[in-house]
Amino acid sequence: MTREMTGAKMVVQALKDQGVDTVFGYPGGAVLPIYDEIFLQNDIRHILVRHEQGAVHAAEGYARSTGKPGVALVTSGPGATNAVTGLTDALMDSIPIVVLTGQVPTFMIGSDAFQEADTVGITRPCTKHNWLVKDTDSLSSTMHEAFHVATSGRPGPVLIDIPKDVQFATGQYSTPKPSTSHYQPVLKGDLEEITELVAAIETAKKPVFYTGGGVINSGPAASQLLRELVDATGFPITSTLMGLGAYPASGENWLGMLGMHGLYEANLAMHDCDLMINVGARFDDRITGRIDAFSPNSKKAHIDIDPSSINKVIRVDIPIVGDVAHVLEDVLKVWKARGRKTDAANVKQWQSQIAGWRKVNCLAYTASEKTIKPQHALQRLEELTKNHDRYITTEVGQHQMWAAQYLGFEDPNRWMTSGGLGTMGYGFPASVGVQMAHPDALVINVAGEASWLMNMQEMGTAVQYRLPVKQFILNNERLGMVRQWQELLHGERYSHSWSEALPDFVKLAEAFGAKGILCSDPADLDDAIMEMINYDGPVIFDCVVEKHENCFPMIPSGKAHNEMLLGEAETQGVIDSKGSVLV
Amino acid sequence: MTPLNIVKGSTRHSAYNLRPTFSDTQERHTLALLVENEPGVLARVIGLFSGRGYNIESLTVAEVDHTGHLSRITIVTTGTPQVIEQIKAQLGRIVPVHDVHDLTVEGPSVERELAIIKVVGEGEKRVEALRLADIFRANVVDSTLNSFIFEITGAPDKIDAFADLMRPLGLVEVARTGVAALLRGD
Repeated sequence: MTREMTGAKMVVQALKDQGVDTVFGYPGGAVLPIYDEIFLQNDIRHILVRHEQGAVHAAEGYARSTGKPGVALVTSGPGATNAVTGLTDALMDSIPIVVLTGQVPTFMIGSDAFQEADTVGITRPCTKHNWLVKDTDSLSSTMHEAFHVATSGRPGPVLIDIPKDVQFATGQYSTPKPSTSHYQPVLKGDLEEITELVAAIETAKKPVFYTGGGVINSGPAASQLLRELVDATGFPITSTLMGLGAYPASGENWLGMLGMHGLYEANLAMHDCDLMINVGARFDDRITGRIDAFSPNSKKAHIDIDPSSINKVIRVDIPIVGDVAHVLEDVLKVWKARGRKTDAANVKQWQSQIAGWRKVNCLAYTASEKTIKPQHALQRLEELTKNHDRYITTEVGQHQMWAAQYLGFEDPNRWMTSGGLGTMGYGFPASVGVQMAHPDALVINVAGEASWLMNMQEMGTAVQYRLPVKQFILNNERLGMVRQWQELLHGERYSHSWSEALPDFVKLAEAFGAKGILCSDPADLDDAIMEMINYDGPVIFDCVVEKHENCFPMIPSGKAHNEMLLGEAETQGVIDSKGSVLV
Repeated sequence: MTPLNIVKGSTRHSAYNLRPTFSDTQERHTLALLVENEPGVLARVIGLFSGRGYNIESLTVAEVDHTGHLSRITIVTTGTPQVIEQIKAQLGRIVPVHDVHDLTVEGPSVERELAIIKVVGEGEKRVEALRLADIFRANVVDSTLNSFIFEITGAPDKIDAFADLMRPLGLVEVARTGVAALLRGD
């Protein structure tokens, strides 16, 4: 069915037809016709951010917490270039978002017009796909196709660049139909490989599940099937930063996060296992450490929807290309049909070996009664918020790793963090997006003061829309992770890793019309956190913490999983020059 | 082009399966891509190679199906077996790419390249250039009193050999199309 309407109206109509209820955006000359159409309707809520980067991160937060695609709308030129960081972030973490950019009219493209940029050229390497729409008749089908591409296969960001004359012109609008595009990624895994994996599960003596963001992206069914498989086999399970929540932190087979700042027991289980089942993770360098020493004696299976992830970094023995939920369903089916076998005796011994590693208590830290230890702050935050309907976003750095270590996630889509790109400034706008999607939930952005300042302008957004996002800032007046690396790798030369001019966060909150809370005494911490939770509105919580705390455990760059550092005493001279060139 | 029955996204055709371990040897592979002929598709392919640090030895592109708007891109690349596998997988996930074929792995293929070569000279050198051109089945497509332009078609090696022979005889300019390739048989 087609109807005649303007391009601008088509944009809004297509968003409605795609089930979009919220758009994060910032107007400008090249998108004015679309903003006119937004003004004339009430179905789609537009959230005015304070910077285009914030719009894209907010759309990411919305997408990560709902599983639905997030939408951002920005203008041409600087609007589009400001969106680039968010697009790259979404690409690295496989987050489905649709970004609409205005463009100068088609007849001015290439003339260096005011606010002109080659948006599709600039964003080609940081989107899954992008389009420049040159005639209004193809606008609606491009919009529908964009949602299809963003959400199918390995999800990712897409961008549609819409010249202003295309927005003004009228054309035929077509409603969404099942995609006829050739782009239809394979969902079902190869049954022969799946059977091989089941056979490996049956005989494994030291198995481990290594799961990632792919489980979350695959949807709630994938987490459900994963839990069923893990609990039925009794195999231990660890997860990447991106995959936290797919298996509950309270589950009995849970090892905690693995990787550079992962738990001792998780990393040693990875190193010593004889069967590694990678479910929707990608052998990132934060996970593997030194490649040639990575889990040397294991058979490796890898379930991933993206064929390019297979054998990219680590060679695997059982590659399975497919959607996590589809593949796990088949694995369970085949495993049950073959009699639900495992080598229970040996797995039990493996579990007790892991229990021994767990006794090391790698997350222990020296408590203090004078200053708030960041780990302690997060433990108290966990204790006081875990029974709430809670969503956590983070910025990037030490606080992010501590949050991953000390907070427990029971469900998928509750933990939104910038993993692949490591974008400082991500967490605050993401919390805005999460709160929009879940108005009644407790949304907390665990932040460092340096990251948080990168997108602090979004306080305006939070206050304007009365979004009660809690900004839990672990303030050490340092770029903590940079400082830690300078201490360990650069002879304690703390080059530019602290700010000498931090704002008074309480006054800052008040200046925006929000609430500020300052806490620097461990004795006041619980009350202050409760005050934050109970306040109905946005809060900046300035948690003044120990300035020189380092994040452990740590696998230094260029080292293997079993060469982990557990604390300060072990750090002297352990990182050689070869390791220090790595990031 | 008859598409082979390789499912897009499949890893089962992987050359890894044939090899016991990763090899460090550099291999030359000819890849054939069928892509939607839409704006920017070539930029996506080239951007992938530059962005991920892969090599391009030669690249040709032209629309081969005018009704379906499909173009065929033929790329000659070099890399270790692992890199070649990555290149194929990465190309396969570009949205407008329909098919990726590794002609080097999938079977014997025919590779052809066209070159036009300008040779300037007089006297005995000019005669010798003509004689060699005849041996290589190169055609004269333009001539003046002191120059020829030869057109030669063949595998890249043959064109290299011809150009090398022409160099002492007064070769001044070469234009090459890059490799076009097809699998043999049906």
